[in-house]
Amino acid sequence: MSLDPKELEDFRAEVRAWFEENRPADPGFLLPQSFMEVGTDEQFHFLRDWQRKVYEAGYLGMAWPKAYGGGGQPQALQDIVTREMMRAKVPFMVNTIGLNWAGPLILNMGSEEQKKAYIPGILSAEDIWCQGFSEPDHGSDLGSAQMKAVRDGTDFVLNGSKIWTSLGVHARYMILLARSNPHANNKYEGLSFYLIPMQIPGIEVRPIRKLTGEYGFNQTFFRDARVPESCLIGGEGNGWRVAMATLMFERGAAGGQAGGHAMMSTEVSEVVALARVAKRGGRPAIEDPLVRDQLVRFLIEERGLALNSARKRLAPLNAEYPLSIAMAGKLAVSEFQRRLCQFALSLEGGRAAYYVGDAHAIDRGLWQRAYFNAFSATIGGGTSEIQHNIIGERVLGLAKS
Amino acid sequence: MFEGAKRPTIKFSDEQAQLLDIAASFARDKFPLSAARARIAAEADLDKEIWSEMAALGWLGVAIPEDFGGSGLGLGEAVAIVEPLGRHVAGTPLVSTTLLAQALLKAGTEFQKRTYLPKLAEGGIGALALSEESGDWNLTNLAATATKTVDGVALSGVKTFVTDATSAELMLISVLWNGRPALAVLDRAAFGKGRMTRETVIDETRRSYRVTLDGMVVQDCYFLEAAQTAAAFKHLDEAACLLAAAEMCGGAAGVIATTVEYLKTRKQFGRLIGSYQALKHPMVDALMLLDAARSHLYFAAGVVGEGKEGEIAVRMAKAAAGEALAFAADRAIQFHGGFGFTYDCDAQLYRRLGLWGEARHGDAAWQRARLAELML
Ligand SMILES: Cc1cc2nc3c(=O)[nH]c(=O)nc-3n(C[C@H](O)[C@H](O)[C@H](O)COP(=O)(O)OP(=O)(O)OC[C@H]3O[C@@H](n4cnc5c(N)ncnc54)[C@H](O)[C@@H]3O)c2cc1C
Repeated sequence: MSLDPKELEDFRAEVRAWFEENRPADPGFLLPQSFMEVGTDEQFHFLRDWQRKVYEAGYLGMAWPKAYGGGGQPQALQDIVTREMMRAKVPFMVNTIGLNWAGPLILNMGSEEQKKAYIPGILSAEDIWCQGFSEPDHGSDLGSAQMKAVRDGTDFVLNGSKIWTSLGVHARYMILLARSNPHANNKYEGLSFYLIPMQIPGIEVRPIRKLTGEYGFNQTFFRDARVPESCLIGGEGNGWRVAMATLMFERGAAGGQAGGHAMMSTEVSEVVALARVAKRGGRPAIEDPLVRDQLVRFLIEERGLALNSARKRLAPLNAEYPLSIAMAGKLAVSEFQRRLCQFALSLEGGRAAYYVGDAHAIDRGLWQRAYFNAFSATIGGGTSEIQHNIIGERVLGLAKS
Repeated sequence: MFEGAKRPTIKFSDEQAQLLDIAASFARDKFPLSAARARIAAEADLDKEIWSEMAALGWLGVAIPEDFGGSGLGLGEAVAIVEPLGRHVAGTPLVSTTLLAQALLKAGTEFQKRTYLPKLAEGGIGALALSEESGDWNLTNLAATATKTVDGVALSGVKTFVTDATSAELMLISVLWNGRPALAVLDRAAFGKGRMTRETVIDETRRSYRVTLDGMVVQDCYFLEAAQTAAAFKHLDEAACLLAAAEMCGGAAGVIATTVEYLKTRKQFGRLIGSYQALKHPMVDALMLLDAARSHLYFAAGVVGEGKEGEIAVRMAKAAAGEALAFAADRAIQFHGGFGFTYDCDAQLYRRLGLWGEARHGDAAWQRARLAELML
């Protein structure tokens, strides 16, 4: 089904009106900027209700198959909705892991039963998903993960621990990478990938306090937790391949996500607004030539990122490094956000020393918190250093480090 | 305007795609880096053979309307030719010729357009005598003058960085006339009366001249329409930024490829040096700067001339391309080790291309200052 520009424009107008009308009221507490920052039950429930409402309006999973609760419509329509959501600055879709990587993975590689069982709950936010990849001793070196999955008849028995589990306390399911064969030829072949329920005996989730002082992610402990072999996805011993496919979805290097935005990003215009009210030597900071130069640098960079997405679709302009823009997106955006927030904080002068909770903090301490939280994306999902390695090796073809 | 969430589109035509393809293979064939070195050493200012091939391909008229002997495309198509040439450090008179035509299109009299545009489209070289000893990037800050005399209008003053002056058939000259910035287009008979001295410039592939205007006497009819002159200056500046951005994006792509190749072959401590993160990670940073710069470039190529948005786009493109090339070529020298310090290493050709490009029509900091005026 192809749509003419007029139909697309009409649809956009309809969507815009819907989000204007249905934008949730200010809850009276600070909302997280991304799924990695959901720290309280009230934040969680507020965001879950919002996702359900968007889904029920038909604006989520629009291009996913109807049979599993999707809309069976063209991706172009979902893209319009996602863009309008960002434009309207409504809260993000909290079931991020489900919508953006577990879901596409299940649709891609899962069995019919798995699709039927999991996809509808991902879309409605009934089933929140979390991700069990990182371990206390193995993060960047994911391939060395040691958590045990020992076969016992038609079950697997899980022992060990996963850490930095975002949404862990709220999740009904987890995508889990674990070692099913400690004697495999190499470390990668010993891994298997599971879709496991969280509410079973032997799984305990403990919140971890993050650098902002709030709670965000968790450590998950497994003690003889037992799951059936039907939890496997991609086949026993194929865990590494499945994990790599998952990371492609997670980093946005592969398409097929349900849609909706996954994080609230800071725009340069907000920092420009701050520079107009912040003072330097009694004058608005925006009059300082160095501040102006830096703001323009950020404006150029911000637009460059938006234009990269536009250029990515023009094959003749991607002939030399076809994967470059897609593979570098996460690195580019996360580092940009971190530097932008850091700069915003510097504009506050002496008042940058306040922190969230002090009545005198500018914007309730938003920028202090935003800067700290920005590291969630430069570390989570594979650190910036690891992204550099990957791009250097896969895009430029340099030798492995 | 340009909200973060609104997805911008890049206008990219089939013609641009074709030209990009053709220009890339032409540049590969005709301008290996050894050719750049040969051009530096050559006696003659111009390789006439290559130039006439470029003319035969119709490249000099891409941004000239069909009525005036061109192919009626636009500056966006010129970008698709200039970028691959930049990659091969192929400094030809293409850019100055294209820009001279742009000035005529903006402010030329009917007579000037009819007479000169077809000439340029056919391969007549255009030279730009716009900058002066002050090095000011504001093209209307002028010291050269035009004065009415009994014989006509006498020009006086000094113009700098006039590339391909000796090969040119037409020269665009900026002067103060009655205290106002003015533009005149001179044919060889007129500008030949001035004195030309070869300049030693940082990008050695350029044939650049200092041109003394004293002795040149012209008539009123050499001047571009006074009422359009301000617009022509502005357009020249913006078009020059766009094409310089194209050249520098090409340069950045070229120097990244050259350096990556070295990092894939050179070994130290028994390992390919490209495996060291101290080299690998900055190469990725260079690639990301290039990606952003090219996105800016092709966006700007589609909106150049469209008022304030067009100006913002070309200035961003030039700032981004300048910084991308500066970073990539600077690291290229370092990453070639002792060889990088030699004249033989191609890294210097690219670093020089970037320094030249930044020194013409405003470096990145200058562009950002203009952008601050436009956007903040
Ligand atoms: C907010 C947040 C949420 C997260 N959510 C989840 C989640 O839901 N599920 C999950 O499984 N994980 C999650 N993570 C974990 C994240 O994926 C890991 O933290 C990350 O992959 C890094 O692993 P590590 O913490 O063990 O650090 P390490 O791997 O120990 O890295 C330490 C430092 O060394 C650098 N380094 C390591 N190896 C190399 C190398 N080869 N070359 C160069 N530098 C290197 C790293 O870049 C880093 O700077 C989350 C992390 C954060 C911050």
